[in-house]
Amino acid sequence: MCATCGCSDHHDDHHDDHEHDHDHDHDHDHDHDHRHEVRDLERHLLEHNASLAARNREWLSARRIRAFNLMSSPGAGKTTLLERTIRDLPAARISVIEGDQETDRDAERIRAAGARAIQINTGAGCHLDASMVERAMRALEPPDGSTLMIENVGNLVCPSLFDLGESARVVIASVTEGDDKPLKYPHMFRGATAVLLNKMDLLLHVSFDVDAFTRHARKVNPKVEVLPLSATRGEGLPAWYRWLQEPRP
Amino acid sequence: MHELGIAQEVVRIATEGCGGARVKRVVVEVGKLAAVLPDALRFCFDLAAQETLLEGAALDIVEVPGRARCRKCGGPVELVRPFGECACGCSDLEWLSGEELRIKSLEVA
Repeated sequence: MCATCGCSDHHDDHHDDHEHDHDHDHDHDHDHDHRHEVRDLERHLLEHNASLAARNREWLSARRIRAFNLMSSPGAGKTTLLERTIRDLPAARISVIEGDQETDRDAERIRAAGARAIQINTGAGCHLDASMVERAMRALEPPDGSTLMIENVGNLVCPSLFDLGESARVVIASVTEGDDKPLKYPHMFRGATAVLLNKMDLLLHVSFDVDAFTRHARKVNPKVEVLPLSATRGEGLPAWYRWLQEPRP
Repeated sequence: MHELGIAQEVVRIATEGCGGARVKRVVVEVGKLAAVLPDALRFCFDLAAQETLLEGAALDIVEVPGRARCRKCGGPVELVRPFGECACGCSDLEWLSGEELRIKSLEVA
């Protein structure tokens, strides 16, 4: 930094002819303009997403629609769980927003299970954000008093940062993953309202410690509910269905 | 790579705040627990700034350490990752700092 005028050395406009190595208390006149105006902004970097999420929340609440943001790594069984939930809980009147980088295969599976679905393809994007969900839910128009499931892009990192306007966040892990997932992806587990532990029917065939998993989840998120279940065989699903129907603020 | 989206927000907010002047420097506060990698943010910022009033601007990232207070005994806990344990053994912590993700100021030419 230039001690005379305070501008930085690499500043392009700084073609000055004064000495840089002496201290003095008087001002120099010079003919070039190198005032750098500092402007305070103090604005949150996710403010735009946060305001859209708040708008989504109002839109949903005016229609008494409960929205769940389902997040997991790829292959944890989100779509299978949704197919089963749609078939078992017709009274919940579930509709689904499907997020994937490419294809509408998941939306087709959901429609085959009997629910309305809209697919969002994020392309290179690794998460859904509030503006994508706003467009999708307005196109989908879920009926008043129904349930909206938002299946996020399979990814345990990026989706945790983006509020979508949901009523609750559900993180789905499975016993074919490591029981230390909550410690490896703490942001995701910290933000969860409930954690589902899927593929419990495979527990005999893998080395997975359910108690350790629960302990790790609670270390990151002390009050989180952990619901072990099998979306294919049905064990544990009644607790999940009860949880889904609990009152939400 | 959510840092690209964050970098685009830096550019969007700075463009709103610079009044059409060229931006020389942007100061951003990133908490250690904010799930944003400073190096990735720098890389993405240079891309996002291309062909905008921020092209070539310096990005100063001020990292804010993670601090918490134990909900049981009230003791202070330093957090280097988004969970931790108080000396009393409790892991129910109230986060005080480390989640910052703000554009603080900018410098225009």
